[in-house]
Amino acid sequence: MADDPLTIGDTAFTSRLIMGTGGAPSLEVLERALLASGTELTTVAMRRLDPSVSGSVLSVLDSHGIRVLPNTAGCYTAGEAVLTARLAREALGTDWVKLEVIADERTLLPDPVELLDAAETLVDDGFTVLPYTNDDPVLARKLEDVGCAAIMPLGSPIGSGLGIRNPHNFQLITERAGVPVILDAGAGTASDAALAMELGCAAVMLASAVTRAQEPVLMAEGMRHAVEAGRLAFRAGRIPRRHFAEASSPAEGVAALDPERPAFG
Amino acid sequence: MTSTAGTLTVSVNGEPRQVTAGLTLDQLVATLTTAPSGVAAALNEDVVPRSRWATTPLGEGDRVEVLTAVQGG
Repeated sequence: MADDPLTIGDTAFTSRLIMGTGGAPSLEVLERALLASGTELTTVAMRRLDPSVSGSVLSVLDSHGIRVLPNTAGCYTAGEAVLTARLAREALGTDWVKLEVIADERTLLPDPVELLDAAETLVDDGFTVLPYTNDDPVLARKLEDVGCAAIMPLGSPIGSGLGIRNPHNFQLITERAGVPVILDAGAGTASDAALAMELGCAAVMLASAVTRAQEPVLMAEGMRHAVEAGRLAFRAGRIPRRHFAEASSPAEGVAALDPERPAFG
Repeated sequence: MTSTAGTLTVSVNGEPRQVTAGLTLDQLVATLTTAPSGVAAALNEDVVPRSRWATTPLGEGDRVEVLTAVQGG
């Protein structure tokens, strides 16, 4: 929302929904879903150029003024990730990178040691680094300490749709962080996105939840509303949880009626 | 693959390829795409800025990676 911008590095965004572009059934559906999501920042992957492929995700993003955020998906070492980020900077003219260094193909969980190493190198090289990380408050602090512009903990494994498995860790991270915390990975449906925002996340990043939904465009719109609703609820401050009920109607002024003789009809 | 006279063998995106000796990186990339932007090249794991492609000749055994943005993340 315009009166509550998301600021990453030196850039302010109105939308708090960062979209991915992987998994969409077609470029046309992707385009409509991106528009329905209201996103202003969207990830792409860097891959070997295939001369047989026509149509480009870049032209879709360009035509709608959506800022491109290259990722380093598929990198297993700090060295690969740093080189991929530098190639992305050269190809796309941006020094922003969503840094991913994964440890294992089965879980796609981040390798914390390689991640921190790559983050430090890229920050020193002038990049604005947004690292995909474990939901580990200690690692989040270390990533911030080396100069990352945001922290992107996973709610659950990429593409799993399992939501936020450890909300308490998210709260520990958001309470302490001095940079935006962005849910990355795991959102399956709108309530997951709303919960992330209620836990203090500054934004939500998702791809599969939209691109692999039965109706990607509808889900994109749902996610936009969920992020906005969750953010409003977070800013509003929720009521404390209570063990017993607390009446919302006044206890005083109740009419003195005979409980034994209800006057029906 | 053995290089014949006047040619050399390089690896382009993991595939061996015979090219004319003296071929520069911009000429090689032009055989893959005519896109004026959105493309980056690494020569033996070093990024070569686009502005230097025309003055970067390829050598025997060079490994070239040519990347672009695709849907992902």
